[in-house]
Amino acid sequence: MKPTSYPCPLPGGASASELALVFDQGRACRVLIAPALFDEANRMRRFTVEVMRRLDGAGIDSFFPDLPGCNESERDLTTVEPEDWRMALESAAHHFRATHVLALRGGGLIIPDKLPGWHFGPVKGASLIKTLLRARIISAREAGVEENAAQLMEHGREHGLDLAGYSLSAEMLRQLDQATAPQRGNLIPIDQETIGGSPLWLRAEPDDDPAQEDALAAVLAVGLAA
Amino acid sequence: MNGMTMRSHTDRKLRKILEDVLGLKPGQADGFDDNTGLFGELPELDSMAVAGLLTEMEDRLDIVIDEDEIDGELFETYGNLLTFAVAKQTDA
Repeated sequence: MKPTSYPCPLPGGASASELALVFDQGRACRVLIAPALFDEANRMRRFTVEVMRRLDGAGIDSFFPDLPGCNESERDLTTVEPEDWRMALESAAHHFRATHVLALRGGGLIIPDKLPGWHFGPVKGASLIKTLLRARIISAREAGVEENAAQLMEHGREHGLDLAGYSLSAEMLRQLDQATAPQRGNLIPIDQETIGGSPLWLRAEPDDDPAQEDALAAVLAVGLAA
Repeated sequence: MNGMTMRSHTDRKLRKILEDVLGLKPGQADGFDDNTGLFGELPELDSMAVAGLLTEMEDRLDIVIDEDEIDGELFETYGNLLTFAVAKQTDA
């Protein structure tokens, strides 16, 4: 595995360089990772890289790009919209010549339209936003401040909102709140039961699970060999 | 479903959710009783984890939880959380 970069389009036509972790030996099967979003991105990061390591062992290249405004990205998250993430993944897919996509959780909400592949743990955007809103309300309450989800969201849709350490733009909140997992014939949903174990994105402490990583990588390897 | 069956059904699901959130091994939450402390005694349960727990309860127990129902007492003990979940299901 090595860190590299990919060109990520900026509004207005310029482009920035964003980080990507890659296993790239120029092989025929090339899987773009559409990472989990927000706090789930942290909890799923090790899992994601471990799945990539197994894909590598199975002769499959994979590419794990940073989304603009996240992880090592220098882009200001408050200016980012879901469309920027979609364009970033599109650009990464093109740059790395991806043949397939593996979307994890909310990553499925921002994937390029055409790439065939898999979507692990599909989730509605509204459910992600709701959980982030709750985390904010609960921690505000601990600090003695009462907040209300409906009012926060109303404000957020106009002015953006800080949720669990993520400064989300109004456009990000509006669009993600409406976003649902894509339903298309060439994107195969994989639920937790298929790979066994319990959902790592729920864990209070980030964790990994080699059995799940084996199982998810096997689903892809079998699918790609077919 | 009668009251007792409902409570034990919800109890099983709720223990599983807590196992998932806390990263416990299957069956490890079987030792929880009504007086087992949750928030406060389980340092892993920060606000983000509690938020995830509530969303998961909604999904798996098919209930809707309003933010104003979430207070410290709810997470004081396992018994409190279970009573809340059962009441929610009965309302639904």
